Amino acid sequence: MTDWRPSGLLEDYGSGGFYCELFGTSKRCPPHTQTVRERIDGMSLAEVRRRAQAAERELFNLGVTFTVYTSREQIDRILPFDVIPRVLSAAEWATIEQGVVQRVTALNRFIEDVYHGQRILRDGIVPADLVLGNANFRPQMRGLKVPFGNYVNICGVDIVRGGDGRFYVLEDNARTPSGVSYVVENRHLTQRAFPDLMRNIGVRSVSNYGQRLAGQLAELAAGEDRDPSVVLLSPGVYNSAYFEHVFLAREMGVSLVEGRDLVVRDDHVFMKTTGGLARVDVIYRRIDDDFLDPEAFNPASMLGVRGLMRAYRAGNVVLANAIGTGIADDKAVYAYLPRIIRYYLDEEAILPNVETHICREREGLEYTLRHLEELVVKPVGESGGYGILIGPHASRKALAEFRRRLRAAPSNYISQPVVQLSVCPTVTRSGIEPRHVDLRPFAVTGRSTWVLPGGLTRVALRKGSLIVNSSQGGGSKDTWVLE
Amino acid sequence: MNNLLARHAECIFWLARQVERSNSIARILDINETFSRNTRGEHDWESVLRLFGDEQNFKTTGRRPTADAVIHFYILDDQNTSSVLSSIRMARENARALRPLISTEMWVQLNGFHNHLSRLRKADLRVENLNRLCSYIKESCQTHSGITAETLYRDESWYFHQVGRAIERADQTTRLVDVKYQVLLPQPGDIGSPIDEAQWNTVLRSAAGFHAFRRVNPQSMSAPKVIEFMVLDRRFPRSVAASVLVANEHLHELRLKHGHTARRSASNLLRRLAATLAEDSAEDLIARGLHEALDGIQAELAAVTDALGREFFLLTETDDAPQPPTESAA
Repeated sequence: MTDWRPSGLLEDYGSGGFYCELFGTSKRCPPHTQTVRERIDGMSLAEVRRRAQAAERELFNLGVTFTVYTSREQIDRILPFDVIPRVLSAAEWATIEQGVVQRVTALNRFIEDVYHGQRILRDGIVPADLVLGNANFRPQMRGLKVPFGNYVNICGVDIVRGGDGRFYVLEDNARTPSGVSYVVENRHLTQRAFPDLMRNIGVRSVSNYGQRLAGQLAELAAGEDRDPSVVLLSPGVYNSAYFEHVFLAREMGVSLVEGRDLVVRDDHVFMKTTGGLARVDVIYRRIDDDFLDPEAFNPASMLGVRGLMRAYRAGNVVLANAIGTGIADDKAVYAYLPRIIRYYLDEEAILPNVETHICREREGLEYTLRHLEELVVKPVGESGGYGILIGPHASRKALAEFRRRLRAAPSNYISQPVVQLSVCPTVTRSGIEPRHVDLRPFAVTGRSTWVLPGGLTRVALRKGSLIVNSSQGGGSKDTWVLE
Repeated sequence: MNNLLARHAECIFWLARQVERSNSIARILDINETFSRNTRGEHDWESVLRLFGDEQNFKTTGRRPTADAVIHFYILDDQNTSSVLSSIRMARENARALRPLISTEMWVQLNGFHNHLSRLRKADLRVENLNRLCSYIKESCQTHSGITAETLYRDESWYFHQVGRAIERADQTTRLVDVKYQVLLPQPGDIGSPIDEAQWNTVLRSAAGFHAFRRVNPQSMSAPKVIEFMVLDRRFPRSVAASVLVANEHLHELRLKHGHTARRSASNLLRRLAATLAEDSAEDLIARGLHEALDGIQAELAAVTDALGREFFLLTETDDAPQPPTESAA
């Protein structure tokens, strides 16, 4: 098996020394990608391109788009879709799944503690000022119970694979993570455009996400003597993730509402319907804390619902995610997550962090100062304003300047080595070439946590780029988890 | 199941109206173009402006009311909120807001329709291409209706769509008849002349009613007969009476099936209008002054729209005006 060599489309492909999602390392091809590799190798570039173009056209026509508004017009854009899938074995997935569940569990225990006993702060595991002084800390949440103690009901964990083939967590998204619609739409697209590529491979389905999500959210309002009414709260058509809000509302079978569709009366939330006001029990909100309620947070918000926080505090409505989860996905807190997992769960992190140096700690600061030209230094919390320093790309002068800043305010920074993201064969203008990828699995937590078997694989379409964000030339791939 | 979100009800009502309005504008431009070939050579395109009460709006373009200028104003001018492009753009934005409700096919078609319109160039609007363009617009509007009929789930959204479409159609047909009777009215001596008959002929054809009219009236093509057919004939689907009946029936069914029996003012207005149209004859309308009669119908339809806004779209409700939860909230 391992001595198989491509002789067609992939013959000239080389992963450039990075770990490749299909070819592994130069020494060893992962056996689980064998069939996919052979099938892609057997296709012609013209054929792949033809089908890829048809697929992107279909995305556009179906309106799987985000909209860019200029003063004169709206332009609908698709997230570029690369047709070569990223394939994960059942064993790899088991690690990711367990690691994500562990992480979400620890994040929830941490948030609950911070808004109640603050044991972890008193025990000095996480510095109190880092959490209590954080812009995302919401004092309004103190002492408030949320269903099952789960604050983060929808979580997206950004994972990368390093040169050693292992997975590392780069970031947790515990507020309003987006991208799950692409996971499902990309799969539907692959099924239509490349049925021959998928045939008899046994890829786990992702199409029941909406149903699972609706079920888990309804669970949060259990105890009502009627079917709980769930809605999805969107900032509206001008939001760049509006398509995803539409997608989720449809897949869940719930109303897609905006702030102006909701009112609070006697601390209960209602939506304005043709039949008058109708009770709302659970709000899957895709609006940041700050904009949720002009009475409690940003008074200038036009997107929110006046009085929502009162209804929330009275226990008359469930918000998913809960308010105040931003303390858990801050870069500063991220650095402590392995310790947080140990503290609450008495376990080692199944998915390790990328090696992170906490500059407020003496060893971390010394290491960072010594190796500045090899490291990426990131500001934490909302303290920054100085931006990120990418050591290998910085001038001598910039490095010296940053050293001064670090010494002056070390607790504002963490540092990490530049992560060599894994690559995946990708269709480019000059044929099939390696491009860097990451992975964002989605976890849904009601009473317990479920992880969608798949996830959003983002791909940096620019040659050599490590930045997968859609705003900077990123696209996406279908992610196959094998049975 | 919950009632429809009030905002969504309003969006789909207007979506249907915007598409139907585009349909009608295409029909009116098409017949005006045809009239211009049949009358005194160069035709007065100002008549279309008068028909829609757009003389002032048009002045702001700073152009003379030539064929090219008026056609552009009604098809592609994005400053004109009732141009086909503006209407379809608004319809598409409504469809975007309605995407959680409507079928993907409805969205895809409207989106494609809009994109095609926004790519049109000057040459596509030339008088010699106008008939083809108007046919394209009509067909796209009809495709929208067909896809809607075949794919939209029959909940409240369907009824609001049908009511919106029917109200807009009734309104537009009154304008179509008016353009002939009021604006193109030849000298009194021309009534019954070949030109007069040719114009009525064209009005009927533009509404796809010519052959049906012939079956009903094989012998004559007089003004009262055509008015009878276009305004009062319940069997002709684009007539005012038929459209009012469709709106009335759908609103009635909506109220019965979705717990809105207490909301009756829009329904009462429609029922009264339907009754009046059932009693009137073409001669009555002409005797009262057809233009005034048609104006009166337009005012009634506007009153229905206002009533729908109050009763179903909750347009008068604000956060400051507390309103106790209704039964549906329990």
